Amino acid sequence: MSALPQSSALRRMAGLMPALLVIGIFMLGPLCIIAAYSFMEASPYGGVRPEFSFGAYRQFLFDLDLDDSLIFNPAYLNIVARSVVLAVAATSLSLVLGFPAAYYIATRPPHWRTVLLLLVTIPFWTNLLIRTFAWILILRDDGLINSVLMWLGATDAPLRLLYTDGAIAVGLIYSYLPFMVLPIYASLEKIDMRLVEAAHDLHANRLQAMWRVILPLAKPGIIAGSILVFIPSLGAFIAPDLLGGGRRLMIGSLIHMQFSSSRNWPFGSAVAMILLAVVLVLMLVYARNAGRGRGEAAR
Amino acid sequence: MARMKTLLGATIAVAGLAVASTAAKADGELFIYNWTDYTSPELIEKFEKETGINVTLDIYDSSETLLAKLQSGATGYDIVVPGHAFLPIMIEEGLVQEIDVASLKGYENLEERWRNPDWDPEGRYSVPWQWGTTSFMADTALYDGPIDTLETLFEPPPAYQGSIAMFRAPSEVIGLALIYLDKPQCNDNVEDMREVQKLLLEQRPHVKIYNSDGILERLVSGDTAMHMIWNGYAMRAREQKPTLKYAMPKEGILGWMDVMVVPSGAKNRDNAIRFLEFMLQPENMAIQSNFARYANAVKGSQEFMDEDLRSAPELNVPEDVEVIFPWACGEESIRLYDRVWTRVLQ
Amino acid sequence: MTADAGNVATSKAAAAARRRTRAPFVTGEYPGFRFFTIVFFFFLYAPILVLIVYSFNDNRSATLWTEFSIDWYIRAFNNDDIRRAALNSLTIALVAASAATVIATLAALILVRGGRFPGHSLAYGLISLPLMVPEIVTAVATLSFFAAIGLSLGLGNVIIAHTVFCIPFAYMPIQARLSDMDTTFEQAAQDLYANDWNAFRHVTLPLMMPGIVAGAMLAFIISIDDVIITLMVAGAGSTTLPVYIYGMVRMGVTPEVNAVSTVLLAISILFVSLSWMINRRR
Repeated sequence: MSALPQSSALRRMAGLMPALLVIGIFMLGPLCIIAAYSFMEASPYGGVRPEFSFGAYRQFLFDLDLDDSLIFNPAYLNIVARSVVLAVAATSLSLVLGFPAAYYIATRPPHWRTVLLLLVTIPFWTNLLIRTFAWILILRDDGLINSVLMWLGATDAPLRLLYTDGAIAVGLIYSYLPFMVLPIYASLEKIDMRLVEAAHDLHANRLQAMWRVILPLAKPGIIAGSILVFIPSLGAFIAPDLLGGGRRLMIGSLIHMQFSSSRNWPFGSAVAMILLAVVLVLMLVYARNAGRGRGEAAR
Repeated sequence: MARMKTLLGATIAVAGLAVASTAAKADGELFIYNWTDYTSPELIEKFEKETGINVTLDIYDSSETLLAKLQSGATGYDIVVPGHAFLPIMIEEGLVQEIDVASLKGYENLEERWRNPDWDPEGRYSVPWQWGTTSFMADTALYDGPIDTLETLFEPPPAYQGSIAMFRAPSEVIGLALIYLDKPQCNDNVEDMREVQKLLLEQRPHVKIYNSDGILERLVSGDTAMHMIWNGYAMRAREQKPTLKYAMPKEGILGWMDVMVVPSGAKNRDNAIRFLEFMLQPENMAIQSNFARYANAVKGSQEFMDEDLRSAPELNVPEDVEVIFPWACGEESIRLYDRVWTRVLQ
Repeated sequence: MTADAGNVATSKAAAAARRRTRAPFVTGEYPGFRFFTIVFFFFLYAPILVLIVYSFNDNRSATLWTEFSIDWYIRAFNNDDIRRAALNSLTIALVAASAATVIATLAALILVRGGRFPGHSLAYGLISLPLMVPEIVTAVATLSFFAAIGLSLGLGNVIIAHTVFCIPFAYMPIQARLSDMDTTFEQAAQDLYANDWNAFRHVTLPLMMPGIVAGAMLAFIISIDDVIITLMVAGAGSTTLPVYIYGMVRMGVTPEVNAVSTVLLAISILFVSLSWMINRRR
């Protein structure tokens, strides 16, 4: 490509080096430890005993019966499936709520843009736990929404809002909304309005212009935003526990429990490795496809 | 660009300053590691004034975090305050150092029954900080019957069904269930644990939330009518809503004792010893209890304690109720606990 | 398409009619979006307003209203621990977010504009790695790792750990900004004999700026809110505000935290107003 005409290999090394070094040492290093832990046995006091074992991975799928025979146990798979469904819901809802806002911000005059962007992130200076507490105040039986509804006479008895799946979704969206808005903003901001104008000149209505021109241009941002919302939602546990009532385990809680009260680091590590493998494969597939797509477009 | 450079410069300066300010501290220092709001600021101020030692308070969220950090060896704390159940683990792993409690100035103030507790039988490592009980609290406005039994919690009357809250972590939930079923703590008997599982699964439909954050708010707002809770916390809830009552179940109650220990490799051992001796003085320990609202183990501290604290029903366990201090459980029972809990929250 | 071409005149007239009856047609304006954005900001700020209101609550509890009081502000200002925690949080977030943004910008330039090369996907995967490992796992692993290599820099440990997990959050918006951005400006600059550095500084960097700003903001908020990793890797004297708050579980969260949050909020709003005024004047 033209951006790097000469000695590109050298330049490539120099540019990537900081990222690869920092992550390579301080992320890959710890990750190797975790990978090793997942093949060891749990020490009763937390931590691991250095004895090789597949036990942690076996535990994910099978129970040991009293006579030591293996029984298939779908409990953990259910937990994974439930968490994935919730994360998908949170991601799509964040997109629906975040996209119009990102678009609106990106089409403001320049001196407004940064301000609006900052306004999107300011609520997140406050700790997640405190923000979630505020949602409890809004959602609970004698909370803000129910008080308003009952004052308006829209309902006689308070609606059950807290401790529902809806409450979890609200909590998750609220936890990760800026991660959707900011990348979309970054990709929309560069849109040349003349392209949209051209679409209108070709008799595209607003909807068609959105579908055929704006959305394709925003695609990199939408993908980046979805990744940034989906993965953290998958591991989230504060919103599910506090707003959902925590009556059903999420994968984030499950892993957290293994490193705290259950003192089973190998199993916690194994679940984390399984999760990592799944997400990594998805990401690599995406990266390959995105790369191929670009290559074809260039041709 | 110029602005970016200034910003970068300023950031580096701030970072340098922060690193320097932590590095400059050498002697006359004491690093304490404890829960938030669990150490009286007034007490720390008094200690600093009397000794000239500068105290830094750091915060952790669970005994497990504390244990993991001490096991990694990378700390720098002089006093840490684990729950009693974790002390045997820490002693066995060599994470705490001997302090010979009997030689401390003020040892005579320590109540006899806490001098040689099960978790530190020779009194070599730990000085009691605060102790309390774990049980449940219920709104008596909703139900006339007695709540002095764990049956109310595990097989709730209709008045409480659907608005019960239990702790998030299994250890204390299962601990109370074992007391109710009259089984030994840290149980590794499969049949006993099967009974526990059955009990918890039958209770589950009546449970609204499994969580340990924001207990007071849920109880006082009426969001939940019955909640597992620690006694000092229960007292605060009752002060806000007098119909709430802390249960002293006749089957027994879970106890816990948070103890002060000096980790191995503490840099300011002498200062830590001075702090321990300071805490053995009744008037000082009373300041702490008045702040945190939990009982302590220092004789004579009652005199300096607030009246409402001394007479609080939450803090005075009736004589016929047994306080059971569960042990740090072994591997087998921990595995069983985990399995039961995963089933309950499946 | 051909049918459309034949109907130019009629549809032009229709469009003109539309313009007359409805709101003026501005290219790229979606009338519903304005309303949507208002709803969006309401959603964002409703809990924050609740939180501010309760910072003036006389009650010890953070969610039960009794009467108006500014006691919690006084207590927060007199509380050394909470002040130190807030300062630690800000320091860590500023340093880690800046470092992560610089690293991510360099990496994005290479990965997005440098063409394909062997190991491209691998490098991309590596950069997203911190995002994909659950926090508690990263926390425990980093704790073990730091202990294994004997790294103990106090606040430095926390800053390193934060920089690592901030990188993907800074990287994603920058990548989104850079991909599909055309390179004609840079080529033009190079044609005009600007050297590489000048072309980068005066052309590429300004073009990337919105992505960099977005990335830096995300990195900042992800760092300032982190608790689990900080809890594990922090050495003595590096308690942060979120850690302070999580330690309250045992004793109950008090409005003191709301008060501190409100003060932080006020400071950030002040910065926003300043930046708005500076930007407008230019």
